Amino acid sequence: MALLRYESQARPPLVDGSKDYHQVTEDICRPVETKPSKLWWVGFLISVVLLIFGIISVAVEVIYGTGQWNLNKTIGWGWDITNFVWWVGIGHAGTLISAILLLFRQGWRTGVNRAAEAMTIFAVMCAGQFPIWHMGRVWDAFFVLPYPNTRGPLWVNFNSPLLWDVFAISTYFTVSLLFWYSGLLPDLATLRDRAKVKWRKFFYGVAAFGWTGSTKHWQRHEALSLVLAGLSTPLVLSVHTIVSFDFATSVIPGWHTTIFPPYFVAGAIFSGFAMVQTLLLVTRKVLALEDYITIEHIEVMNKVIVLTGSIVGIAYLTELFMAWYSAVPAENFAFFENRLNLNSPYGWSYWLMMGCNVLSPQIFWFRKMRRNILLTFFMSILVNIGMWFERFVIIVTSIYRDYLPSSWSTYYSPSIWEIGFYMGTFGLFFTCYFLFAKFFPVIAIAEIKHILKKNGESYKNNMTEVEQEEINKFGHDHSHDHGA
Amino acid sequence: MLQANEASGFGRKLPSYQFDAAKVIVSLDADFLGNWMNPVENGVGYGKGRKIDEKNPQMSKHYQFEGHLSTTGANADERFTHRPSETGAVALALLAAINGSVSAPSIADAKLKAGIEKAAADLKTHNGAGLVVSGSNDVNVQIVVNAINAAIGAYGSTINWGVTSNYRQGVDKRVSDLLSQMEAGQVGALLIADANPVYTYFDGERFGKALAKVKLTVSFSERLDETTALCQYSVPTHHFLESWGDAEPKSGLVSFMQPTIHPLFKTRQWQTSLLKWSGNDTTYETYLRNYWSGKIGSVELFEESLSRGIWETPGTVSAGAYSGGALANAANAISAAPKVSGAEIVLYQKVSIGAGAGASNPWLQELPDPISKACWGNYALISMKMAKELLGLDLVNGSEKSKNNYEYYPQKPVIKIAIGEKSVELPVLVIPGMNENTIAVAVGYGRADSLGKTAAGIGANVYPFAKLNGETVSYSNAVEITDMKRKEKIAQMQIHNSYEGRLDVVRETTLATFKQRPTEILDARNHLKEAYGGKEGDFRKEGTLYGVHANPGLKWGMNIDMNACYGCGACVVACHAENNVPVVGKNEVLRYHDMHWLRIDRYFVSDKENPDDLKGVVFQPMMCQHCDNAPCENVCPVAATNHSSEGINQMAYNRCIGTRYCANNCPYKVRRFNWADYTGADSFKNNQDQQTVGKLNDVVFQMNDELTRMVLNPDVTVRSRGVMEKCSFCVQRTQAAKLQAKKENRPLLDGEAKTACQQACAGDAIIFGNVNDPNTQISKVREENPQRSFLVLEQLHVLPNVTYLAKVRNTDEIIPGKGHHAKPATEHAGAEEGAHH
Repeated sequence: MALLRYESQARPPLVDGSKDYHQVTEDICRPVETKPSKLWWVGFLISVVLLIFGIISVAVEVIYGTGQWNLNKTIGWGWDITNFVWWVGIGHAGTLISAILLLFRQGWRTGVNRAAEAMTIFAVMCAGQFPIWHMGRVWDAFFVLPYPNTRGPLWVNFNSPLLWDVFAISTYFTVSLLFWYSGLLPDLATLRDRAKVKWRKFFYGVAAFGWTGSTKHWQRHEALSLVLAGLSTPLVLSVHTIVSFDFATSVIPGWHTTIFPPYFVAGAIFSGFAMVQTLLLVTRKVLALEDYITIEHIEVMNKVIVLTGSIVGIAYLTELFMAWYSAVPAENFAFFENRLNLNSPYGWSYWLMMGCNVLSPQIFWFRKMRRNILLTFFMSILVNIGMWFERFVIIVTSIYRDYLPSSWSTYYSPSIWEIGFYMGTFGLFFTCYFLFAKFFPVIAIAEIKHILKKNGESYKNNMTEVEQEEINKFGHDHSHDHGA
Repeated sequence: MLQANEASGFGRKLPSYQFDAAKVIVSLDADFLGNWMNPVENGVGYGKGRKIDEKNPQMSKHYQFEGHLSTTGANADERFTHRPSETGAVALALLAAINGSVSAPSIADAKLKAGIEKAAADLKTHNGAGLVVSGSNDVNVQIVVNAINAAIGAYGSTINWGVTSNYRQGVDKRVSDLLSQMEAGQVGALLIADANPVYTYFDGERFGKALAKVKLTVSFSERLDETTALCQYSVPTHHFLESWGDAEPKSGLVSFMQPTIHPLFKTRQWQTSLLKWSGNDTTYETYLRNYWSGKIGSVELFEESLSRGIWETPGTVSAGAYSGGALANAANAISAAPKVSGAEIVLYQKVSIGAGAGASNPWLQELPDPISKACWGNYALISMKMAKELLGLDLVNGSEKSKNNYEYYPQKPVIKIAIGEKSVELPVLVIPGMNENTIAVAVGYGRADSLGKTAAGIGANVYPFAKLNGETVSYSNAVEITDMKRKEKIAQMQIHNSYEGRLDVVRETTLATFKQRPTEILDARNHLKEAYGGKEGDFRKEGTLYGVHANPGLKWGMNIDMNACYGCGACVVACHAENNVPVVGKNEVLRYHDMHWLRIDRYFVSDKENPDDLKGVVFQPMMCQHCDNAPCENVCPVAATNHSSEGINQMAYNRCIGTRYCANNCPYKVRRFNWADYTGADSFKNNQDQQTVGKLNDVVFQMNDELTRMVLNPDVTVRSRGVMEKCSFCVQRTQAAKLQAKKENRPLLDGEAKTACQQACAGDAIIFGNVNDPNTQISKVREENPQRSFLVLEQLHVLPNVTYLAKVRNTDEIIPGKGHHAKPATEHAGAEEGAHH
């Protein structure tokens, strides 16, 4: 039956090994249902320590004032907003994977979407800390909310990009959380059903919202997923666009740049995918999920990285071109003196950014490199360093020497509390991630089952028997099946 | 000078100097805008001569010969440097070039020589309209200067002997004589008031020891200064604001002082003490009233004078009677003076600290020096050449990296300055315009701890480096210098010295260039307006997406004449005091957290190849520009900063949540954030004791204590930490003036509302008022000066309400139009920015 012999070379299996549905459930539920490993404990405790450091850092800053950071009269934003933009950017990969790839029916997303979505939520949580605690009077932070009040004519300023941020980030967080949680429902129900202890049953029972797996539930679930995917898709583009407006709508050379929205979005996806790589490479190893998060996933994501990295690179070059071509002296100075010039105080940060974001990802043009796990891990770290510096370069190197040379600032380096705050968000992020990996299935069980059968390997196995059949028998067995 | 004037036949007196009448001013090391004679009076006259009528551009010409860059030197049209020890030779050479009555000493420096000749020629052409002043404390030098002034017809025209100046009457010799008598045990009792010789006398240590040999020493002082500490009795006197007093700063001009506040402590005015001890039981107030009522004629007349503050009997203009008898000897003495080689120190007084009297005033300590822009401490100013030779720090041809590092890090190399046993270690600041061998260090620092939290512990006392030169004290001396190979921080509020040719920031030109191309600035501005609004359109409206504010009725505006501003910084202190601007102390200034609402940007214009050769200095007072299309207003998420119907960009402190977005987006960088609880006004208790980061100096606590808080202006809110603040155009004053007018049921008059900076400006550089009324001073100034008017960063279309008048240096140099002033950079910038909108 050579005619029917079909073996896809173009589409390698999405899940490795010959798994059946039960095996999938077992594999993914195992980390949730067994005691955490020593490695988990070590990681978790380090995260909690970092989180505590962060809490202390923020407390000190709230009590004594923003002067606990080394910002100054010229550099009003430094590590705080750099970290904010960095974390928001990181979140983007999760949304892209869960929403846009869902709409585009990219089957491979199911292996990584759960963890990526969780990452999005935690990253946005971390990001949110910075605009909140960077306020001089954080106890009045509620002023940014447009609610009826007794303060007379004072109302929020809808002209302010910072206010747009408030809406953008809160919407983003809400939609991402809903999306993530609604995806979790069937899996929580699975865990509930498998639970052997009372508290587990109760906990997952409540969390699963009474999911029974009925067709009606599935239908609604699918519909909701589509709606949320539809809502999230514009968010992937809009959130970072709005974040970029903080800078793009200003008058500061280096900030006032119309290319920012697409440039920021590409950068966000770039850094997000790098972060997904970092996390998943560790997760798959620690939780022994290599069969589900396969080398194929890693390769695909590396492709996204080289694509978005190159887009970002083009954006950098476009900026430089515009700085030169526009002949605006201040803009020219911001780019060619503050950034490109290695002898300028922050020149190094620009080149670090260029090296990490534009040059180094180019090695992913080579398949061998894309499939090298160690290299991928290294590169993912490099990209995140690079993307952090991108934001630092944009924020600090633009304002530290802008229009009036009299106000050019002294060298800015972070204080211990600024570093502590940043470390603290790592603590928050990883504490959440470790808890997530312990209590929730890091891979969407229900969703991965959809694509299990799309594995060429199992298809081939099933076909072997058919292939060996006599042609008459085949005709007999199959010809009436459908008509009957 | 007193002795020199006596020798020249004028008597032991000081004349009045009419800087406004002088067309050519030559200053030999006299910082007449900083601390020489009465700088305020000099500044007023000088300012008048520097203002330009655009239709007939003319201004006085100012030559300065000096060793280090002084505030006055910074304003000179042409400036030449020499060793401090050469000042006599320069004076002599100038006299020789004017009339040849003495033989000229050899001046090795060709540029200096040419400068002297040029100044001499200029003085000769403007006979009767020239003025030569010298800051030298050497009798012989002053005798030569008197001869020059006689030769150029200054007496009776720019120097008036009819009205004498009485600010200074001391003669150094009397102090040294007193000291010898004290040491010899010939002095039975010494009463000291308003003086601190243990600190300010060059050999203060000797004075201190001699005090011990006097049987009775009494010090009347406000605080425990260095001298008081060594006296047997300290009799605390009133603060000057608690005191009665009289003074005759100039003959015929009697000024009366009355207390503005009841004595806060159990103090007694020292004059009252003297009266009491002499058996007269009246208070000084009664004594003063009785004396002057009798003198003026009646109690009523005295009361009237007291309320006016002055009692005047007009003086006459007199040329005095010059006699040149002492000239020959003086000239010989100068010629015979030994030449100094190697480094020379010159001691100067900062405008803020003076001889040391301002050291315990936090506002003055926090006022950056006009030249160095540094505060809270003294340091050694040195030339680029000396930096290269001594420290290996090449700021001219060195690597870009090393230059940047020197600029960006507050840690500066420390040198040791020594004469014999005496030595101090000070960090250096390399600035242009220094004589290559001169080290300039400010006096007034290195004070005793007992003087209070402000003065204690900053800088070093350099008075011991002065020396007795014959009978007078010379404030320059030859010194040994060594590189200490370590660094110390200098708190500077501005670190970059050049305006980088940014014509959108600073417009400065020379008189010759201005005459040749008077409409250059105007043309550029019109071009910019066209880029925004086309030939017919309203560029204000067309240039922005946002609406245009309607300002019916009042619209406040300010104009700053950069030609009249000489950078003293009085406005900065006035603003500080008026608006309850917190003092942040050295630690916080070092972290660039200074809070000044108004600052004076200082830019050096110097030759890139040879920065020691300074062409000019630009002072640009910079405060909130109250933009009509303000970039700060639209970025605030909570609308805490918004526009008033009178065109003021205002802050609602209670609404501010402290995102600092407004400050980032302010192209003028005039917004100031309360980084810490500087005022103690925060709702958090005990949050000023931070240790790890941002430890506050004691002075901050001093400013917060119950007593010192009495300086706060009750009309202005004290801001808590975490909020943004900035210049408000003294809104409390405009409100008060409006209220007054309303109560009197009349329209507000021009000049009724004055900003604090405007009021403090001796040079009359700042004008403030209603721009909607064409008859106000501000409207007229803008109307009359279209060719020098410019807006800083006009191309951004933020529509500032502060106009500036371009600085003009009175030189013949023609600044090339193409590639410099006519460079279309700003116009292009505008067009490009316009396209973005």
